[in-house]
Amino acid sequence: MERFSLDAAHLLAGGMVLVSFMMLYQNRLLGLLNVFAAHAVVLSLSVAWQAYVQSAPHLFVTAAIALILKAIIIPVALHHMVLRLGVHRDIETVGGIGPTMLMGIGLVALSMVVMLPAAAEADPIAREDLALALSVILLGLLIMVTRQNAISQIVGFMSLENGLVLAATGARGMPLVVEISVAFSVLVAFIVIGVFLFRIRERFDTIDTQALDDFREGRE
Amino acid sequence: MIAILNMLPFAPIDALLVVPGIAALLLVLIPQYRPGALINMLASGITFLFALTLLVARPDPTVSFLFVDDLNVVFVVLGTFVGFTTSIFSASYIGHEIEIGRLKPGYIRFYHGMYQALSFSMNLGLTANNIGLMWVAVELATLTTVLMVGLYRTQAALEAAWKYFILGSVGIALALFGTILIYMAARPVIGEGHDAMVWTTLIANASAFSPELLNVAFVFLMLGYGTKVGLAPLHAWLPDAHAEGPTPISAVLSGLLLNVALYALLRFKMLLAANPFAVAPGPLLVTLGLVSLIFAAFMLYLRRDIKRLFAYSSIEHMGLIAFAFGMGGPLANFAGLLHMTMHSLTKSAIFFAVGQVAQVKGTQKIADIRGLTESHPTLGWSLVVGVAAIAGLPPMGIFTSEFLLVSSTFARQPLLAIPLVFGLLLAFGALIWRLTGIAFGTPSPSVVDAGRPPSMLPLIIHLVLVLIAGIYLPGPLVAWFQNVARMLG
Repeated sequence: MERFSLDAAHLLAGGMVLVSFMMLYQNRLLGLLNVFAAHAVVLSLSVAWQAYVQSAPHLFVTAAIALILKAIIIPVALHHMVLRLGVHRDIETVGGIGPTMLMGIGLVALSMVVMLPAAAEADPIAREDLALALSVILLGLLIMVTRQNAISQIVGFMSLENGLVLAATGARGMPLVVEISVAFSVLVAFIVIGVFLFRIRERFDTIDTQALDDFREGRE
Repeated sequence: MIAILNMLPFAPIDALLVVPGIAALLLVLIPQYRPGALINMLASGITFLFALTLLVARPDPTVSFLFVDDLNVVFVVLGTFVGFTTSIFSASYIGHEIEIGRLKPGYIRFYHGMYQALSFSMNLGLTANNIGLMWVAVELATLTTVLMVGLYRTQAALEAAWKYFILGSVGIALALFGTILIYMAARPVIGEGHDAMVWTTLIANASAFSPELLNVAFVFLMLGYGTKVGLAPLHAWLPDAHAEGPTPISAVLSGLLLNVALYALLRFKMLLAANPFAVAPGPLLVTLGLVSLIFAAFMLYLRRDIKRLFAYSSIEHMGLIAFAFGMGGPLANFAGLLHMTMHSLTKSAIFFAVGQVAQVKGTQKIADIRGLTESHPTLGWSLVVGVAAIAGLPPMGIFTSEFLLVSSTFARQPLLAIPLVFGLLLAFGALIWRLTGIAFGTPSPSVVDAGRPPSMLPLIIHLVLVLIAGIYLPGPLVAWFQNVARMLG
């Protein structure tokens, strides 16, 4: 039985890494949002499994937050935003898909090399989860730095955050997990609300690195 | 006095959270500017008074989520003091911005509410005895300052707020991962649950933690909280946030918020130092500190915006402070504490002056600000004194801390002292060069009707304190700082 719970946990966490690569591969916003919704679904399954295995009912709250807020509400809101702003046809990766994917593979290898020895004393389920969670975090960072528009950067940040929730729920008995995931949800909601309220459309141009440099030149 | 404190329905340390929390709720409901500003000042003043009580009355750390020791009380007293003086400056500054139409009255309840929410979150971060709670507080502080940086709603302000938000969020995300790793290291020793995140418990057991996990954790914590401190190359959000937000927020960022993140870094540095097999955290801080110092010193020469100039000065000084604490030892730690205190007081005073300068000249461009001592003598000479202080001239307090740091570094690591002195001289030259252009020579045109001038009292109080500290430090203060310096290891 312990073998099965271990395998299931690793399958779900590994699934998140795989979906992170799928996000990295996307070069259109609507596709990116759909894959992110899948990312959040896998996260909620992973957290729910941890809740069951650890007999920690409060983690089901975190799983519900991931499912409702990140898999449904936020992707739908961003979907509408993308259509309204008329940016859904943009193709916007820096450096091309191939090199980005190779960098992603390198980051996952780095996570394994760093995390598995460091967490050698932790129990097996947490050790693997930490390494996979770090992979998700680094891939989220990679998405952020290789995308030029604000919505893609938001999605990259939210996937990074999903990695953090995975790490926190894998740390058996860690307190404040629900509070921290709620705090992060406030953060994410704030991002989405901020984009709406501030009409961040103008920001798409200046968040572009070249335009940002031009913009700063006059104000330095 | 202790008898009076015992009559309150809550402990003094809780008042640091209760007062700004209630004030934040009140202020959001008050649409008028003048009562809002008054309540903001009152709440900040009361919070400062309660912070002073922590010098004599401290809670039992086993009882609550909050605790006080000699280290965090330095930050709390300094932070609430600067918060109070900045609220006084803010009252007149914001009034002026409303008069000239740059700020809409409807934004003000929002601004004052966020100001007190920021005070709440910083006090929580500094007094939390739970590393997860500390993280939540830093996140809340980030959110409130993002809102205030974007207050003007101009394109530049919104861009600065967005940039701060994205980079700040990544910083706190990495800091959270580091916090999770600390919990993972603590769990086999302390057991599951809350105790494994309680700082007083962590430090007591740190020698038994897995050194490998501690090492990886500290890397993430340093990247995460280091971003919040503004250390290069993690600093990119800082100049924009300082330049585009209201000037009271520039003072609060440099005077308070950078220190909260630094405090978090110091706590975790102590944790690593308590484990004999973990990598020494000092060299990492020294490296980041030196990089920040020299990078910022060069950048000072290229600036065209006066608020951005002093934002880079803050990067320089946070680099110096990180260097001092990275060097460690009683003398360098003492220098770091003194420098942090002096920097907070001096830099916020400078921003008080700069805020007025921008208003009377109608611009933030350095090229269009000339001859201040001729056109506005009181303001001009105040700025001269402030810049001379921040550049490190005697007899001001920053000269004392820089001298202590340089001499202790020469004594222990002569090769490290060379880039340190080089960075200091470079920054000194840049600031003095800029100052001569801004303060002297033929005056540039001023705004004809700049309105009633803001109160100079906060600025003068800060500079007088810095001057006094440069000449004479009271015995109890020295003993207190020395005790903290020993704690830091």
